[in-house]
Amino acid sequence: MAAYILKRLLALVPVLLGLTLIVFLIMAAIPGDPATAILGSYATPENVERLNQQLGLNRPLPEQYLLWLGNLLEGDFGRSYSLNRPVLDEVLERFSATLILAGSALILASIFGLLAGIVSAVRQFGWTDRIVTFFVLIGLSTPSFFLGLLLILVFAVNLGLLPASGMYAIYGGGDLPDLLRHLLLPAVTLAVVATGVIARLTRTAMLEVLRQDYIRTARAKGLSERRVVYLHAAKAALVAVVPVIGIQAGFVLGGAVYIETVFQWPGIGAMLVKAISTRDILLVQGGVLVVAASYVLFNLAADVAQSSLDPRLRR
Amino acid sequence: MHEQTEPMLQAQDVERLFGAGRTLLGRPKPAVHAVQGVSFAVRKGEILGIVGESGCGKSTLARILAGLDQASAGKVLFQGQDLAAAVRRDFKAVARQIQYVFQDPLSSLNPRKTVRAILETPLRRLLGLGREERERRLQKVIDAVNLRPEHLDRYPHEFSGGQAQRIAIARALAAEPKLIVLDEPVSALDVSVQAQVLNLLDDLKARFGLTYLFISHDLAVVETISDRVAVMYFGRLAEIGPAQRIFTQPRHHYTRLLLDSAPAPGKAIMVPESESGELPDPYNPPVGCAFAARCPAADELCRTRHPALEPAGAPKHLAACYHPPVGSTAHE
Amino acid sequence: MSSSAASQGRVSALGLLLNNRLATAGLVVLVTILLLALIAPLLPLLDPNATSPANRLLPPLSDGHLLGTDALGRDLLSRLLHGARVSIAVGVSATLIAAFFGSLIGLLSGYARGWADSLMMRGIDMLMAFPYILLALAIVAVLGPGLINALYAIALINIPFFARNIRGVTLGLARREFIDAARLSGKSRAAILFTEILPNVLPIIVITMSTTIGWMILETAGLSFLGLGAQPPQADLGSMLGDGRSVLFNAPHVAIIPGVLIFLLVMSINLLGDGIRDVLDPRLKSGALARPMARTAVERESVPEKPATAKDAVLSLSGLRTAFGLGQRQIEAISGIDLHIGRQECLGLVGESGSGKSITAMSIMGLVPTPPGRIVGGSIYFQGEDLLEANDRRIRELRGGPVSHVFQDPLTTLHPLFTVGDQLVEAIRAHQPLRRPQAEKKAEELLELVRIPNPRRRLQAYPHELSGGMRQRVCIAMALANDAELIIADEPTTALDVTVQAQILMLMNKLRHEKETSILFITHDFGVISALSDRVAVMYAGQIVESGPTKEVLESPAHPYTRKLIDCVPVLGQGDRQLDAIEGGPPATGERPPGCAFAPRCAFARDACKRGEIALQPLDAEREVRCLFPLDVKREALVHA
Repeated sequence: MAAYILKRLLALVPVLLGLTLIVFLIMAAIPGDPATAILGSYATPENVERLNQQLGLNRPLPEQYLLWLGNLLEGDFGRSYSLNRPVLDEVLERFSATLILAGSALILASIFGLLAGIVSAVRQFGWTDRIVTFFVLIGLSTPSFFLGLLLILVFAVNLGLLPASGMYAIYGGGDLPDLLRHLLLPAVTLAVVATGVIARLTRTAMLEVLRQDYIRTARAKGLSERRVVYLHAAKAALVAVVPVIGIQAGFVLGGAVYIETVFQWPGIGAMLVKAISTRDILLVQGGVLVVAASYVLFNLAADVAQSSLDPRLRR
Repeated sequence: MHEQTEPMLQAQDVERLFGAGRTLLGRPKPAVHAVQGVSFAVRKGEILGIVGESGCGKSTLARILAGLDQASAGKVLFQGQDLAAAVRRDFKAVARQIQYVFQDPLSSLNPRKTVRAILETPLRRLLGLGREERERRLQKVIDAVNLRPEHLDRYPHEFSGGQAQRIAIARALAAEPKLIVLDEPVSALDVSVQAQVLNLLDDLKARFGLTYLFISHDLAVVETISDRVAVMYFGRLAEIGPAQRIFTQPRHHYTRLLLDSAPAPGKAIMVPESESGELPDPYNPPVGCAFAARCPAADELCRTRHPALEPAGAPKHLAACYHPPVGSTAHE
Repeated sequence: MSSSAASQGRVSALGLLLNNRLATAGLVVLVTILLLALIAPLLPLLDPNATSPANRLLPPLSDGHLLGTDALGRDLLSRLLHGARVSIAVGVSATLIAAFFGSLIGLLSGYARGWADSLMMRGIDMLMAFPYILLALAIVAVLGPGLINALYAIALINIPFFARNIRGVTLGLARREFIDAARLSGKSRAAILFTEILPNVLPIIVITMSTTIGWMILETAGLSFLGLGAQPPQADLGSMLGDGRSVLFNAPHVAIIPGVLIFLLVMSINLLGDGIRDVLDPRLKSGALARPMARTAVERESVPEKPATAKDAVLSLSGLRTAFGLGQRQIEAISGIDLHIGRQECLGLVGESGSGKSITAMSIMGLVPTPPGRIVGGSIYFQGEDLLEANDRRIRELRGGPVSHVFQDPLTTLHPLFTVGDQLVEAIRAHQPLRRPQAEKKAEELLELVRIPNPRRRLQAYPHELSGGMRQRVCIAMALANDAELIIADEPTTALDVTVQAQILMLMNKLRHEKETSILFITHDFGVISALSDRVAVMYAGQIVESGPTKEVLESPAHPYTRKLIDCVPVLGQGDRQLDAIEGGPPATGERPPGCAFAPRCAFARDACKRGEIALQPLDAEREVRCLFPLDVKREALVHA
């Protein structure tokens, strides 16, 4: 298993290089003078010239890429002109907030998605199944940013139970209960779609597995139905669901963009939206790279989890 | 019977390697010899049966002989010409001469095409026939395989396995080939339908003067239909010879084991219990005879040197065995 | 079966879709929204962009403004319908673009294989390494905010999704034999791709489109909501929602109204999409995804009396009928099976596919999947105990204990994720109060019993690490784990090679005498039957047509079907014999003709054979036959009986 993980980690290197290449190419595709785009339209000609020198923007593209990559490896992501601070500092600070939000949403989605999916498959065509199916459908069709607004209206404005925005209270906050109170609404909102997808897939996977020959064998052995469903079938279904949870990590990380904007959560998504509208290109670049890299790691974790479940995948 | 005629198809030291090559990092990839050192000839009007168990390379060989795959080494000659070169030059020209019938009839018919569309394709694409001529030939072909005209406008899933296999045979027949490679054509069928198809194949061969290569894992089926039989084990020919001789006086211990293992009504199965039935690891093949580990007669020689196909006591009977079994089986 | 499937296939796709209530509801809602959006410019609506500061934030149902106004006093109803036009147009265009390029890449990549495939797929993988919406953001960051840019971004990030899906399907199809067949029919590679593969891929493309279009609309709305899509004064539903957010607390309707419309739009598309998928995906159409229950449902109209044979037989079936519900129709797969197995006896049940032999075997311990199967009549006695009356707990005790099973394909019947040892230990501990180490010891002994070399190490192996023969030995070991009195073996050697089959048959024959077990052995092969069984029962079209001692039945079959079945199988050593084929095919399940089911194919059939029920009648003390004019000399005896 350790050898397998090492192998997979090594295989990450080209993927990460590919990521940087795509990000680099997208940024290189910016029409007009990149230095002006990076510094904003109010930059002085001297500053533009200096940046062109610094980034080697007057050299051939492959050379530029290697130069840029070298800088990245040294931790130099450039400087954000709108915030006037190093991109990496800002990105890492914001990213920890996003990780809290997206992480809790993914955990919520996995737990409730798996439970709902399994129960709904076991009670196929029963009332539980219908109710789950109904809510999954609603969840998959509601725009998360709209759902966020509705939840704010109900729980923050009308009922006054939970805070409407931010990560900590401005006065006297900062402890864990305070964080949890702020986290609840955005995390739930963010989790809804992923829960729906996971529930739906778990249900299908369970129904598929329950028809397999080895389930008949398990029954023919005289095992209790509980053992058949929750051990034999659920384990096999999990193999199909785990990679989907990995993919959902991507949707949750991306969806955080909306939720952070709606709830004014100080995460990387809200930062990106602001950076795009102020055309702070280096900040966008840094933010996209860090989130994408973390998503790659998420997927690796899902892969490893899947192959630890299924011996046939360990090669 | 056909001794004087020129062989229609000749395999010369045919070899097929899967895998191999190198990875991006330059490490050699593991390679498997699916077929190795296979040589034989088929004469016009003959039926050569190729028999062996799963993984022995018989299907790979069949695809090479039909031009669907290329040998990694060795040569296949069709009517004296190099088949691989002919395929590269003009696949259609080869397909006019050699056709193929697959094991699973439903998988070999496109589910979204009517029988008419399936059968017309070779008439149009291979023979370039006009509409009227096509229609005439279509009727002839479906008549030959005992299907009715109203079947033409149905889809494959509306047919039973036996009917579907007859459509597949009609498709192969449509181009009027000289040679048909039949890859387990009756294995997916029920026994009562199996006989229908076998009898049909026999009948078609006589009517159209065809030559067959008949691949099967079922010894009894092969015996029924073949003039000559080749037994394959682990990618090589273990034995080849006239059908009757092979089935009564096998000169390879593997053939013998196959014959002893085959169930038959009213026959008790007697095989040595020590026999494991395990094949060697294809990634780490034995140096000597591949069957040595399972063979009652194997000695040091068998384990260190691979035996060549040599005459085995009767005309046209060759076997690759240093210590061939003697006597005959109970089947006489 | 085939004729009913055919007539089902001819029901129009739309008809099937309308059968689905939810999909119909989705269709109605969607068509309504589409229609309203389409004719919006023709409706007597106010100018969607005309501001009127005096009338700002009017609530719904205000005079002249049915849905109220927004923060600039613009009419919400008008903006809503015009916004819906924009959202739908963008969503549909993005879907079409993504579907076209994605499917093309998928088709080419899946069919080309080799380096072209690797190259395209590595590129796709790279794109998929980005979290979904993040790449869209990066693209918009470069191109600048705007509706068309958002459209490109959304389309681009969905291309990998289509490409992956379509490639997977294409790859599967390209391996199918009909592709080789088309090549042999003279088709070029391009012709194969577009006339053989594409028609099979098209339904998948449609399914993928119908399930992603909702997503696309949501995502474009999202970008607009963030201010990166539609730019003022142009509005789509997303940007309306974004506008509403700033006045959320004092005029929530400005945000809620466009939000609800997005929801309705996406929901109706999803409902319709699911409906389309169900219609186009034949696997779902047949309702095959129903979850089988733990035990076959028993729905007998009456409980028959205990037959006399039930007393001393190990197993005794009488009048057993098992049916399958297919839609409104009920199809009887087996109709009145009578058979019994004595102590230490091996009964071979022979028949072709569809004869009902496996259904008979699986009915005994309630392993026929419900739905759709159920037992609708007859009785099953095991050592004098009525199994159809027994409760679930009792059945569980019997399963794997006194009655165990060996199934056909050992690769699919063993659980792929548990080691052989775990599965054996589980079987042992389900019926014996043993601790794990003791059970492991016992498992090792069992593997030794079935002649698996190096049993201790093999306990750690997963099924896929063993050969087919070894796997079947493991299954036999499992069947012997709790000293079964009856083993039900359903085609246990059919998936095996002939030399391996011989080993397994020898092993089973040896063990059954050692362990003194009875066996019900199901097969299609008379040769296999001879190797093992004392008595044989022949099935045809859901009924037993003949039974008796194996040797006698094989040597002088009384039923014409048995005779034909023996004669049509080639036998080793009789290569010169012309095979005696049976013309035609067996009747479709549930479509048994009146009288003898074999009569239409029988050379000896007379008028009497085609009327009424023909009973299974004793031929002599040990043999029974379901024929009015049985072959052989014993015909007289039956006439008098």
